[in-house]
Amino acid sequence: MAAPCRTDAIFETVVEEIETNEMCSKKAASLAPLVLHMVAECPVTKARVCDLTLPHCTVNTPVFMPVGTQGTLKGITVDQLEELNCQICLGNTYHLGMRPGPELIDKANGLHGFMNWKRNLLTDSGGFQMVSLVELSEVTEEGVKFRSPYDGKEILLTPEQSIAIQNSLGSDIMMQLDDVVSSTVTGPRVEEAMHRSIRWLDRSIAANKNPDRQNLFAIIQGGLNSQLRKACLEEMTKRDVPGFAIGGLSGGEEKDDFWKMVTLSTDHLPRCKPRYLMGVGYAVDLVVCVALGCDMFDCVFPTRTARFGSALVPWGSLQLKTKQFAKDFQPIDQECQCATCRRHTRAYLHALLKCDTAGMHHITVHNISYQLTLMRSVRESIIEKRFPEFVKSFMKRMFPTSDQYPRWAVEALASVNITLD
Amino acid sequence: MKLEISQVVQGCRLGALTGLGKTAQHSLETPGCLLYTRCGSVPHLTQDTLHTLTSLPAVTQLTLATLAEHQEVLEEFKEGARKFAGLHDTVVYCSLHDPAAPNPPGYITNKTVSVWGSGGRIELTVARYMALQAAIQPDWYQSMADGETGQENTSRKRVRKAVDRTLSHLDECLVLHQKMQELKEVEIFGVVEGGDVREERLRSARETAKRPVTGFVLDGFQSGVMGADLRSQLIAATTAELPQDKPRLLQGVGRPDEVLDCVEAGVDLFESFFPYQATERGCALCFDFNIEPDPERAGTRTPTVLNSDKEEIITGELLRENGDGSGDAPGKMTCFEKDLRDKRYREDFRPLVLGCSCYCCRNHQRAYVHHLLVTNELLAGVLLMLHNTAHYLSFFQALRRALAQDRLPDLKKQVLQCHQGQ
Repeated sequence: MAAPCRTDAIFETVVEEIETNEMCSKKAASLAPLVLHMVAECPVTKARVCDLTLPHCTVNTPVFMPVGTQGTLKGITVDQLEELNCQICLGNTYHLGMRPGPELIDKANGLHGFMNWKRNLLTDSGGFQMVSLVELSEVTEEGVKFRSPYDGKEILLTPEQSIAIQNSLGSDIMMQLDDVVSSTVTGPRVEEAMHRSIRWLDRSIAANKNPDRQNLFAIIQGGLNSQLRKACLEEMTKRDVPGFAIGGLSGGEEKDDFWKMVTLSTDHLPRCKPRYLMGVGYAVDLVVCVALGCDMFDCVFPTRTARFGSALVPWGSLQLKTKQFAKDFQPIDQECQCATCRRHTRAYLHALLKCDTAGMHHITVHNISYQLTLMRSVRESIIEKRFPEFVKSFMKRMFPTSDQYPRWAVEALASVNITLD
Repeated sequence: MKLEISQVVQGCRLGALTGLGKTAQHSLETPGCLLYTRCGSVPHLTQDTLHTLTSLPAVTQLTLATLAEHQEVLEEFKEGARKFAGLHDTVVYCSLHDPAAPNPPGYITNKTVSVWGSGGRIELTVARYMALQAAIQPDWYQSMADGETGQENTSRKRVRKAVDRTLSHLDECLVLHQKMQELKEVEIFGVVEGGDVREERLRSARETAKRPVTGFVLDGFQSGVMGADLRSQLIAATTAELPQDKPRLLQGVGRPDEVLDCVEAGVDLFESFFPYQATERGCALCFDFNIEPDPERAGTRTPTVLNSDKEEIITGELLRENGDGSGDAPGKMTCFEKDLRDKRYREDFRPLVLGCSCYCCRNHQRAYVHHLLVTNELLAGVLLMLHNTAHYLSFFQALRRALAQDRLPDLKKQVLQCHQGQ
């Protein structure tokens, strides 16, 4: 059963041919199975709308990509995910490499076949999980050494192996193995990691067996140090890769440092290639970072928080397990069109959460819908040249008063000419 | 509600319950089963996933056990549990207990029974029981009952008391039922008790049948409390005392072999908690109920377990590991299912059951469900629940078809084949 993606209909009518599109296609990595078509650029900020065509379907960016760590999106079927109009989701190389393992997924016709997902997949390199989940990990020039949590065996993950596993997974976008340092670390270790990530990028490019079927993205490192970020950007953009990720952020650093590294990166990334900001998924962060010029985002937050009974709404979130919702007979969000909001009340979800996993599934569906709808609204406003107004009303709805606006967001938006009242 | 029996074959009553629901437009074929829920939801499933299944039963079973703690909420909501749970177009039956949850003994008194919600025990008097029914507003419900006769060494005296109490609860329920505006046009089923004491069973049946009830709930026959032969004899003796034109719902029996026995003893309706229990064990129902070849149906899709491949040997091994399955506690694996956690499914790229047309089997493979189970992923429960429910509903369809074609012995042989070779 073919499952073509619905792309935003509005694009077909409002598209303004941008003269540089021609150039963009040519500039994209020579063989890569990726086309970035610029649909609209915000004349005020760095925000842009693109059609990103990948092997399985076209993705409308800016896009939020839900995370399906172990080859499944937490209790949601692939049909439900399609129904939500999700065009791309993530799988985690570390988890899938451990269980069920690349050989098995190979036999199942890749991760697409294994999980029966007809649209695009992005896989990470496995490096991040190794550093964040596994206690015993050691980074050498060769790769990341760690102890398997399943059988205790010592394993070395090299850039080549990471790509080999991702080749088996068959993802539409693969990520290079990078040397991840916590964003709160400073000093020579950050510089070492940056340089090593460049060397590992070259090894990753050389190792890709399917450059005609699978895109490989580079990951910009350099911690919170502008000089290092710039140096990394300068080196990595010399490589013939189809896209770039901004890495090493979203790990507990100050938001002031975070947004400055993001905007510095987008300033130096080629306009014609997609920019993926890793690990970002809070609504405010998404809207601000779209303004700063990012195209792609992923985060476990919306789906993880759903399992704790937290439903995302334009004014924040509802903790549906708390007593205040026991007799609240409204939907999560009156204006939301998701399957959950069309049928169920806060009170029923509150009751169901105590009894069955279906309660979590309802909220997961809603939260994914919230994220994807938010990004759709963002895209429409950019196309209709009213993105700055959109940002202002979004912030007004999210925060009761303007003095509650996070300072970093106000400053970041000011840097791209949006002045919040 | 009207029961129309079209055929009686070896004690099995083939027919249909018609005129169900407030608008009387629903019907349910018998022998049949109700759709099992917890707190108004089929476990693990949202309405989207549930409705990938075709031919769902027209009747959904709600349980007081999972709803009692929400009494205040339902009373304030005022529109009943069906609407509260977003169920809309279904007939709702409300039972006392959750057939898939343990019900600790020792809490029943002359005037009360107890259920266990997420916050602990909730003690119900008849007044509270009826207030709950008024808040839930089902189309049909069972009267309050003392079903605590399943313990070993339950004395005759205790069994007699259970029958007496249940009759007196029924009388009280009927009085309150008449008075309650919310229960106007709602039907009530009387509960037949009596443990394993024949005289008490007969007395309970006769006395209950004298009351103005629409149908009967047969309680105290749950899997494991008595041998299959004794149960069949007692059920047959009991149903002989009940009017032919009223439906009989058997509680707590779900295993396919037991269902077949009890249908022969005159039972019309079952609960469908068995697919849920198999799901919770990480198992997929796979028993064969296909009695083709039948030239008229050749070429149509019917779930089948292929015997020509390795599967048969595999099933044999499984049996030895799991005993004969009779008298098992509800939580134990039976020979009607396969344990998808088992390593042998790691690289098995076939659907759970070959030929099955459920959402899971159309879209996914054993290897994937195995992966979801070993990684504790929530989707495992979703996919297994879809398959198991579809398989179980198809079994009831096959049962009705076999009765219509007078081929019950063939069906029994097929279903019971997993008992052979031990």
